[in-house]
Amino acid sequence: MLYREALNRAIDEAMEIDSDVVVLGEDVGLYGGSYRVTEGLVSKYGEERLIDTPIAELSIVGNAVGMAIGGLRPVAEIMTVNFALLAFDQIINHMAKYHYMSAGKITLPMVVRFPQGVSRQLAAQHSESYEQMLSAVPGLIVFAASDVNYAYHALKYAILSDDPVIFIEHELLYNKKGEIDLNTELDPFKARIVKKGKDITIVSYLKMVDDVMEAVPEIEKQLGKSCEVIDLCSLNPIDFKTLESSLKKTGAIVVVEEDHKMGGYGAQIVSWAAEEMFYSLDAAPLRIAGADVTIPYNRRLELASIPTPEEIKARILAWGAENGV
Amino acid sequence: MNKMLAEEIYYDMVLGRFFELAAKEHYMAGDIAGFLHLDIGQEGFSVAAMKAFAKGDVFTTYREHVMAISRGMDPKAVMAELFGKVSGVSRGRGGSMHLFDPSHFFYGGDAIVGGQIPNAVGCAYARKYKEQQDGVMVVFGDGATNGGAFFESLNIASAQKLPLLFLCENNGYAIGTKITRVSPFEKQAKKAEPYMLTMEVDGMDAVAVYETLREARHLIEDGHGPVFVEAMLCRYEGHSMSDPGNYRNKEEMKICKERDPIERMEKMLHETYLLSEEEIDALRQRAQRAVDDAVEFASAAPEPELEELYDNIFSKDV
Repeated sequence: MLYREALNRAIDEAMEIDSDVVVLGEDVGLYGGSYRVTEGLVSKYGEERLIDTPIAELSIVGNAVGMAIGGLRPVAEIMTVNFALLAFDQIINHMAKYHYMSAGKITLPMVVRFPQGVSRQLAAQHSESYEQMLSAVPGLIVFAASDVNYAYHALKYAILSDDPVIFIEHELLYNKKGEIDLNTELDPFKARIVKKGKDITIVSYLKMVDDVMEAVPEIEKQLGKSCEVIDLCSLNPIDFKTLESSLKKTGAIVVVEEDHKMGGYGAQIVSWAAEEMFYSLDAAPLRIAGADVTIPYNRRLELASIPTPEEIKARILAWGAENGV
Repeated sequence: MNKMLAEEIYYDMVLGRFFELAAKEHYMAGDIAGFLHLDIGQEGFSVAAMKAFAKGDVFTTYREHVMAISRGMDPKAVMAELFGKVSGVSRGRGGSMHLFDPSHFFYGGDAIVGGQIPNAVGCAYARKYKEQQDGVMVVFGDGATNGGAFFESLNIASAQKLPLLFLCENNGYAIGTKITRVSPFEKQAKKAEPYMLTMEVDGMDAVAVYETLREARHLIEDGHGPVFVEAMLCRYEGHSMSDPGNYRNKEEMKICKERDPIERMEKMLHETYLLSEEEIDALRQRAQRAVDDAVEFASAAPEPELEELYDNIFSKDV
């Protein structure tokens, strides 16, 4: 099954379970979704539940907030996080705050989902990552789906739960293959140990998890050490327990993220390690992040602006040598 | 309008005026902080709007104390919220600008100019989807009609034929800027005309507001699609307590106050419904007592415990 099919299945099942679940966004209905995530759902549930909206992001999220107040469970699709910037007032001032500032009187069972990150030469206004901004907003749950199984379970959970969830997908993951495990219950707030290891904890999320996994065999071979790769999954709240037990074991932490290094999401993980885990650390933490530049169109420049498996490998090897890891 | 309703509207208006005067006094005394936007001069509009839309959902702005009370929220709990006390409607978390009460279908209390309009559109969609009879009303100022959220909402509500009443509170000033300096129109209904039926009403005349909104409500609830109503108003105070309102001269304010909604309603109670001076005075005294009780309650109410700081971030522990 493909990642986009897993998302489709999660939405489909949630819509089947609860007739208050509606989907809204640009081209989500008759067209089937820009990334084919909602394909086929309109013929099953009708145009009243697969709502094609105008290209007006502020309203897509703003209307979803009102739908949730009115007793529905809206799932808003924004074509990319770059366009979600037009809806940031609604996301931050409304979606995130109504529950708290009404002292719990208003609940907003809603999801806003969108892809982000560098795809292939989509250039400056279609390639950004904004998990660092969204995770910094109290009141939003932020999930980042790096694989098929998590995509399915976490999205279904998000739709059927009562809190506002930002659900982040990645441009390049929609055709990623994988299986859904229906026999094991998945806690979407729990970080996923992608690969067990004992010497280096590598923390990542979204597509960078795949890039890390690609780099790891060579890193392990050349350093003669084993890496534990952790997919954060929930970016807010963070499953620090899983990170803590890994770091206690390894004493070394690397964070790999695609967003810009300045104010980037990984800074939060490293600052936690420095503040809370200082005496467990045997080496200076390492952050591998995107360059502090607007994402350029040219392919060579584009790849140079984000971590690649080659860069991840080279940086970790150099860091390992310097720090005696 | 029958006598009982006229009396009820008058009582709520006076209650609203006394409430706002008390809020002003306690702001000056330091019991209320932050931004405080008073509704003095606009009480007839606020009360009549709530009475005409007694059922259905209401989304409004930060100038909402009188609407909240008239909607049925306890003046004590509203005043306590202004005082930032735990007995306030939002447990002291929201303050003057963020009064919410889903049990009265009252959704605030939004302090982003125009930000509540798309929320009301979504709620109207929910009402239509669930085939519920009652529509939705969204209240906003003239200043909000210059923002993108407003125009997007006109478009969507009209395209979807939603049961939504757009109610524009045109008091002529966007904070301190005269509306005609930033909009080509004096009447903002011009902007809505291509999308929907528009109506205009003298906002200082509570009865006219009530009748007009009832008509508009019937239209939206009968599947006519959205309707835009513009009420021409005058606020006596500045935009908020931090604005002395110096941009309006004495002459303008004099003309403004000659339209006073409370005096107008009083005259009508007297002449049309034959209420005696004593009867009217009794209503005023009852309203003053309710406000005094609200202030007493708010003053005595406890502060929130510090442990509450982390409550209600999410609906359950995650």
